[in-house]
Formats: sequence, C-alpha cells, structure tokens
Amino acid sequence: MARKSPLEVYKMLPGDNCGECGEETCMAFASKLIDRDAKIEDCPRLKGKKKEKLIEYLTPPVREVKIGDRTIGGEEVIYRHELTYFNPTAYFVAISDNDPSLEERARKVKSFVMERFKTDLKFDGIAIRNKSGDPEIFKEAVEKVMEIEMPMILCSFNPEVIERALEVSSQKRPLIYGAIDENLEEMCALATNYECPLAVISSDLRKLWELSTIATGSGVPSIVLDPVTDSLNMRGTLNRIVEIRHQAIEKRADPFRWPILGVPAASWLVEGNGYWEEAVTAAILQNRFVDAMILNTIETWAILPLLTLRQNIYTDPRFPARVEPGVREIGSPNDESPVLLTTNFALTYYAVEGDVEGKLDCYIIVADTEGLAVEPSIAGGKLRASDVAEIIKENKLEERVKHKKLIIPGAAARMRGDLEDSTGWEVLVGPKDSSGIVDFVEKHWKK
Amino acid sequence: MKKEEMRIPKLVIDALDWLEDLKDVEEIELENVTIDVKNGIIEISAPTLLPAMIEREEIMKPEIKIPEYVPFSHEWPNSIEEIQLGATKEEGGTRKKIFRIGGETGMPFYPGSEMKNRPLVTFDVFDMPPPLPKAIREHFEDVMEDPVAWARRGLELGANLVTIHLVSTDPRTMNRAPEEAAETVRELLDNIDVPIVIGGSGNPEKDPLVLEACARTAKGERCILASATLDIDYERIAKAAIENNHVVLAWTSIDINQQKELNRKLLNLGLRRDQLVMDPTTAVLGYGIEYTISVMQRMRLEGLRGDKEISFPMSSGTTNAWGAREAWMKREDWGDRMLRGPLWETITGITMLLCGVDLFMMLHPRSVQTLQNVIDQLSKIAEKGVEYENWVTM
Repeated sequence: MARKSPLEVYKMLPGDNCGECGEETCMAFASKLIDRDAKIEDCPRLKGKKKEKLIEYLTPPVREVKIGDRTIGGEEVIYRHELTYFNPTAYFVAISDNDPSLEERARKVKSFVMERFKTDLKFDGIAIRNKSGDPEIFKEAVEKVMEIEMPMILCSFNPEVIERALEVSSQKRPLIYGAIDENLEEMCALATNYECPLAVISSDLRKLWELSTIATGSGVPSIVLDPVTDSLNMRGTLNRIVEIRHQAIEKRADPFRWPILGVPAASWLVEGNGYWEEAVTAAILQNRFVDAMILNTIETWAILPLLTLRQNIYTDPRFPARVEPGVREIGSPNDESPVLLTTNFALTYYAVEGDVEGKLDCYIIVADTEGLAVEPSIAGGKLRASDVAEIIKENKLEERVKHKKLIIPGAAARMRGDLEDSTGWEVLVGPKDSSGIVDFVEKHWKK
Repeated sequence: MKKEEMRIPKLVIDALDWLEDLKDVEEIELENVTIDVKNGIIEISAPTLLPAMIEREEIMKPEIKIPEYVPFSHEWPNSIEEIQLGATKEEGGTRKKIFRIGGETGMPFYPGSEMKNRPLVTFDVFDMPPPLPKAIREHFEDVMEDPVAWARRGLELGANLVTIHLVSTDPRTMNRAPEEAAETVRELLDNIDVPIVIGGSGNPEKDPLVLEACARTAKGERCILASATLDIDYERIAKAAIENNHVVLAWTSIDINQQKELNRKLLNLGLRRDQLVMDPTTAVLGYGIEYTISVMQRMRLEGLRGDKEISFPMSSGTTNAWGAREAWMKREDWGDRMLRGPLWETITGITMLLCGVDLFMMLHPRSVQTLQNVIDQLSKIAEKGVEYENWVTM
C-alpha cells in the first residue's frame, strides 16, 4: 500500500490558500489532513465531486466506526513498522442481563484503572448479553448500564430484543450484535432506522462478505466484522482475520473494509476453559489486527498483561521512545542527596522516576544510550563511562553535591570499574530492579 | 438559524452536482417535461416523473450486487533456512531424538502457509542455583543443585530441548574453568536423549573459551552454541561450531542491520547456512516488546522477500519476561502473582510465536505447556468448531 501523499491531497483542495481552515496554505492543510490533525469539513470551500473524491482518498482502508464515543478501526497498514496503528483495540467486558450483581460488575468495569508510564490502562465498554431471552429484562439491564456511561454492545440475535433496547439507548450509538444469516433483514432495518453500527457474524468468509455487502447496501451506516473466535479452531480463526485485513488494506475490497471484532469470552464455550484460556485467546487476537474484543474477565492478573500488550503494540513507532539525556532533579534534592544512573530509553527512565518520585529526593543522570534499556545498552556498548563523566561535568554535579557517590543499576554492575575510572566517583551497585532503589538508599546511603 | 440546523438534503446536493456537470453541455433533450414562462420566470415541471421514481423504489428493493470474492494470495519468492538440531549415531552424534526448525515459506500461521517444522521449546537449566522468582522456584527447588535432574524435570513438563546455562563459569560467581563446564555438558548429553543448547554466563571474555571447550566435548552433536555477539570473540565460537558440527546462535540487540552484519561475518568465516539461528533479543512485555515485534517481523518479511542474509530461523529468550516487575512482584492491586507471572511469560511467548520465532527458551511449567498447546492449535485447521452463537446466552 502506497503511503498517502500531501501533494495528492493538495491537488484536490481549492489551492487558493484562503486560510479559512486555520492553516496558512492549502499545502499545510493537506499535511494536517494526512496526519489526521484536521478534518475535511474544516475547508468550507470544498464541495461536490472534489470533496467526495478527497473523502474517498483520505478514508483509511479500514474504515473508522464509532461505538458510543469510542472510535475503532481506521488502520492503514498490516504491520506497525510500516507506519503506525491508530486506534487501540477496544476492550468490552461481557455482562449478562439477568446477573443480579449487574450494576456492581458494571461499576467495577468503569472504575478499573492501572497506571503504566503515565498512561491509564482501562476498559472501553460493556457488552450486555441477553441471557434471559426476555426483551424487558434486557431493556432494563441496558438502562442500568447506560447510567455508567460507557460505550455499549447489545448482544442478542432476536430483533425484538434489540429493538426494545434501541428504543431507550440508540442515541448512545451502541453496537448491535448482531446480524447472522437468519435475522439479517430485520437487523439491517434496525441498524438503519436507529443509525447504529451493526456487527455481522460468520465463520464462512464468503458468507461474511455477503452479509457485509447486503448490510451496507440496505443502508446500515457502519459495520463491524466478527469472523467468529473459535477456541476449538484458533488456526481457522487467525486465517480468517488475516484474510480480512489483507483484503481491506492490500486490495481495498469494500465489504471487508471494516473493523474486526474478536470474542475471547466465547472461549468459555469449551468445557474446562476459564480465565487463563480466555487471556491466552485474547493475547493471540491482540497480536493479529483485532480492533475490538469482548471478554468475561476482570481478573487483574489476566487483564494487566493484555492491556500492557495493547499499550505496547499501539505505541507509535515513528516517535522513538527516548527521553532527553542529562540530569533530572526528583523532589527537592540538596548537596547530600543520592545520585542515580539510568538510560534514556523512555520506559526505563519512567520506571525509575516512578519508583523514586514522592519517596526520595535525588538526582538522576540520564545517559544517552540511543534509547536502549540498561541490559541491551551494556551488551551493545551503548552505555559509555566517558559519556557519564561528561554529563557530570556539564551539569556541574560536583558543585551540586558534596559526596561523589553514584548509584548504578544492578544490571550495569560490570560497568563499575570503568565508571570509577572515568568519573573519579565511588560507584555503588544498586538493585537489579528500580523498585528496590528506595530500600537500597535507606540501607546503604544514610551512613 | 444555527449552523448545524442548515442541513442541505443529499438530494439537493446531488441536483447541484448534476447541474454543475451540465455546465459544459450544449444541448439537453427533455422528455415528459413542461416549461411554463410566467412573468419572465421559467418554471420547469415533470409531473409524472418524480412520483413514479419513488413508487418504483418502494415496490422493488434495490438489487444488491455481491462483488466477486477473490481470496488474497500470499506468495513469497524465498523461504527460511531449515536447521537440524541434534545428530543421531549415524550422523556422528549420540542423540536418540533430533529436531528441525525453520523452513517457513510464509508469515507465521498465515492462510496457506504451512509451518514446515513445528516451533520448539527449550527448557532453561542452570549449572548452579540462580535467584529465581517464587512462582518458578517452587517447581524446581529439589533439583536445582543437579542439572541432569532439572533437565529431566523440564522435559517431563513438556519441553522439547534443554538449555544448559553455564553461569558458574563467570569470574564473578564461581569462576569455573571451561573444562569443568564441558564436563557438565558431557554429563547432560550422556543422561538425556534430546538435543541441547549450550549457554555461557554472559561474560564477554570467558564465554568464547567456555563455548569452545564445550563444543569440543560435544563434537558431532549439533548443539546450539549460545551466543555469538559482535562485541565478543565470535570467530572462536564460529570455528568451534564448524570444526565440531554445531549451530551458532547469533545474538544482536533489536537491530536488523546489526543482525545482518553478524550473520555475514559468521558465514564469511565458513559457517554453513544450516548452522545459524538468530536471536534478535526479546524485549519484555511491557518494556519494549514492540521493538522486538517490529524487528522480527521486518526480518522475517525481508527473509521471505529474498534477502538471504536474514533468512534464518529465530530464537527468543522468552524467560526474559521474568525481568518485568509485573511478572514477579507481590502486589495486591495487580492480582495473584502465581498466575500473573506465568501468564506474563506465556503472553511474551505467544507474541513472539506470532512474529515467527522458531525456538523458545522458557522457564515456568505452565507457560511451557500453554505455549505448546497454542503451537499445536495453530498448526492445523480443526474440523469441528464451537457452537458459536451460544456464547451470548451461556
């Protein structure tokens, strides 16, 4: 897939540099459009065929779909190194409509948060299952979940049940789950009339292709594809997902240019499966293009590695994760405060900073290791003793502290001699993991 | 009137576009249309046309045409090198079991791309008890002083191979001589019948000597010597592999150009193409695994596209996962660490598997077993699936 070019976009703009969009030139506006920092509507002079052509040009191969206020899809590449991925996989937690602790569970989903490197890891929404089979119970459950104010997926194959829920919730743009061969016509009519996105479901790709085509053809505004997460046939599941995404990105095959939904919650259909197997299924899908997922689990031990994996995969590779080398002051250090050494790989630095912040007044020397963590930078010779000496000199650290003692990461132990020679400082080998720094300082510093 | 309320119906926009298109047309023929001129104003009306169109749309639903579905074809000009691990008596070794890795003709577990050889797990064993997280230690506490017993336990638990890490050779630990390390290797080879990986201590000066001594002792066995890097005496390791028929693990730090350079240098020394496995470094889940994902995917893609300098099987130090604090640290708000730890290793392994890794160095029994299951599941399409729609009502 060729990368979009600002010049191509420019050709489709009026080209009179009127400035009404807020940019000085049409060319600047073109660049912003490509980076998704501006919208086509920002140009008031763009009309008719030209506008349609530009919309078509700028629409990503995988169209964006909004469930509630959460956008999914919008991807442009198969592999993240080819550009970046845009909208992180949305995690929906399944709740059954007749669960007596429905509200409690919904509140847990809403309030779940884990902080990693200044980012909150959270769930994105709730999928309400029509386990009761009853339209009224379902409607009431949906109303209760609406109070939590999270994006919703309405799960039932019975159009009556869905319609009853849409009457009270359609303004929240829930995803209708979903359309299968047997209810296609009714579900399409509901999605069209209530202007909500519709999930189409089939493990047969030709059938899925047909369902998607008929749905859009009958006026459904947006589609989500569920090619069936089959825990007894995970290879078949992956084959379908890979096929759909290649059709969308490499061939711009219209019926498959929609986000993909995975359902690890369905792994519970297999006797003996539980949270562990569900997490394993989710990890497989998280590595293969899936744009939204429905899970049962809210177990922290299972969800933490999954949301961490999502955070990693959706990190923009165009911006190297580095921080500025130099000296940082944490808290209000004085001339007796400890001096720590770490590297300028962002994740390493933030881990260290997070471990000392609020607990220790200190200085952190951030060495330029070209963005490598401690161990690889030592293996690759990127943590140089002479650089550390240079930073100490440049930042006048010898005037700022009285002690000339440097604490280095445990993983950098073999650098000790070199560092002592280059800096003339005494080097203390600290703990292997930065979570132990505060303890270490208490034991070894205040003598 | 507020701006949002001034919605122009699509029909009008279409009409305007239509008029725009008519701009350059010189003549239009109109049928069934009356034109009235009153007070200088032209009124055009087509009384029968519009209702007729609407009516027709109501009666006949528009026929939706299903476009032809043409499956995507993934084809690659090159394949990944196939490497034999272990050698039988006839081949000059003593292994009862041998394995092959690599040989892929497509991206991992993609449609139409069969995995020629099943990816394998090699179990980490150390020649002196290392500090290990509780979740792992509890499975091996009684065998950690005895590498042979530890190796057997690992194989019973589902691993295919064993890696012996000769950490006691490090001058900072016990500083054992290379010859002593070689004895440990011989003892292991005499007591288990699968191929082994021989790992050093990570000491850049000592490792080449240790690996050389072990390579001689294990002559003809096709062990993997782990590892050659650019900043140690890789020449000594490569020669030991060539002279004694072993495989070299070429280890670089998440850098495709560095990997190509090392591969090239090893091959130029006379190492055969079927004697090289790459370790591009497994950064841990949560601590840069995305770099490893991208570098491995690029390596595999370039290998399949035809770059012979990079078309080798890959190995992953999946055990690195335990370096993440989330894997081992006791914290109530992170949930049960006895499950969290092995899941951290498992998910690191799954991620690497889907990037094309052929050989996994692993530690926790549950992680090993789960990854083996995943490999089996992904290796073939099952005949019978689940009753999927039931998940909504189960």
